[in-house]
Amino acid sequence: MKIGVLALQGDFALHAKALARVGAEAVEVRKPGELDAVGGLIIPGGESTTLLHLMDEWEFFPAIEKFHAAGRPLFGTCAGCIVLAREVERPRQFSLGLIDVTVERNAYGRQRESFEAHGVAILDGEPTAMEMVFIRAPRIARMGPGVETLARHGGDAVLARQGSVLVGTFHPELTENTAVHRYFARMVETSR
Amino acid sequence: MSELNGLRIADRKHIGLAEMLKGGVIMDVTNADQAKIAEQAGAASVMALERVPADIRRDGGVARMASVKKIKEIQTCVTIPVMAKARIGHFVEAQILEALAVDYIDESEVLTPADEHFHIDKFAFRIPFVCGARDLGEALRRIGEGAAMIRTKGEAGSGNIVEAVRHMRALVTGIRRLTTLGPEEMMTEAKTLGAPYELVRWVSQNGRLPVPNFSAGGIATPADAALMMQLGAEAVFVGSGIFKSTDPERRARAIVQATTHYKDADVLARVSEELGDAMVGLETSKLAEKELLQTRGW
Repeated sequence: MKIGVLALQGDFALHAKALARVGAEAVEVRKPGELDAVGGLIIPGGESTTLLHLMDEWEFFPAIEKFHAAGRPLFGTCAGCIVLAREVERPRQFSLGLIDVTVERNAYGRQRESFEAHGVAILDGEPTAMEMVFIRAPRIARMGPGVETLARHGGDAVLARQGSVLVGTFHPELTENTAVHRYFARMVETSR
Repeated sequence: MSELNGLRIADRKHIGLAEMLKGGVIMDVTNADQAKIAEQAGAASVMALERVPADIRRDGGVARMASVKKIKEIQTCVTIPVMAKARIGHFVEAQILEALAVDYIDESEVLTPADEHFHIDKFAFRIPFVCGARDLGEALRRIGEGAAMIRTKGEAGSGNIVEAVRHMRALVTGIRRLTTLGPEEMMTEAKTLGAPYELVRWVSQNGRLPVPNFSAGGIATPADAALMMQLGAEAVFVGSGIFKSTDPERRARAIVQATTHYKDADVLARVSEELGDAMVGLETSKLAEKELLQTRGW
């Protein structure tokens, strides 16, 4: 099973490693045409303004909308979550709107305020303990009725899913725990 | 707190921020307008400076941390991470940068060193550091002090890529060589490199640095950026190369594209078209030893 990792900018190589650990074949995607060969796509952490700039330059927006419309799963972490959200605040910026959440950028502050936490995600009904690394992280400030919370930190959802779209505000790819990537790989597997 | 073979290294969240910058371009900026141009061109981060390295070289005098006012002005006008430089060993400049909540401190040879023997104890800070290195031993000493990112030094403000290439090759070759050595060779190797034994052993086992490795010092064109990426850099710092060129906006965009599509010669050719003039550049082999910035750091 081939899963794409958007490799324009950010920690795409770590996502590819995590996918390999759960037995999926990771494919770096730098041009929209490369989406045809993959069953799902991860949009990694990075800088969302940089990602948007590079995605726009290569006309990725219509390509990812088409990918989504074909029922193929998407997983966005941190910057990827911002790119997939319905609305983005502080500052307001363009986003793809493929999951019904409102995301606030850098909601916890600058790097000095970045932090790690222990949390539990509910994946396919199974509670899974995991370390969560938040880096200049965004916050999911609003969730639409169709969005399911898979993990929380404090009062906020930090891992959420609506249909074929999964988003997280932390970085599972920075830890040894592959549960979230395994979960996403299953989403891709069952979408075929 | 992160550990490797029992040795403390920088926190995972700090190394993690460097991971997020991979494949990106970190641009030197000296005011809010330049910072906005950099962000709009797709920079992954900006480095707040009083003067770009080419001007530091031209003007001479003591080069210090940027003014607080300038750093704050740049922080308020962009949403990407803002880095700033502190002088080598000047831990009070670093304390001030921590109070300002810059996202990364560059303990940089581009500024005039404040201490001729010691670098900053980087574990004493809540924000991460990037440090320059010319070879593997220097990189591992900085990581041992708590650096969360390494950048090969090159020769800042020269517009000449030759030193950046020399340093990246030295580092990559040094790493590759370590992977060929046996366990009985590790201690002597640590002594020769002047680097922590635990890190030498880890690099020997893993074939890479335990923190991201970026390239700096002399990148002036999209081709330079792609060259450093093909040689093993995971992102690039561009200092004087952008705002000392005739069309900074276009050059910044081109270097961002070239860093992402560094293996695609068709893209490199396209973005290299109609760029205006690059900064003039210096023949670094004609610079006197005391004019080199790269020899600062111990």
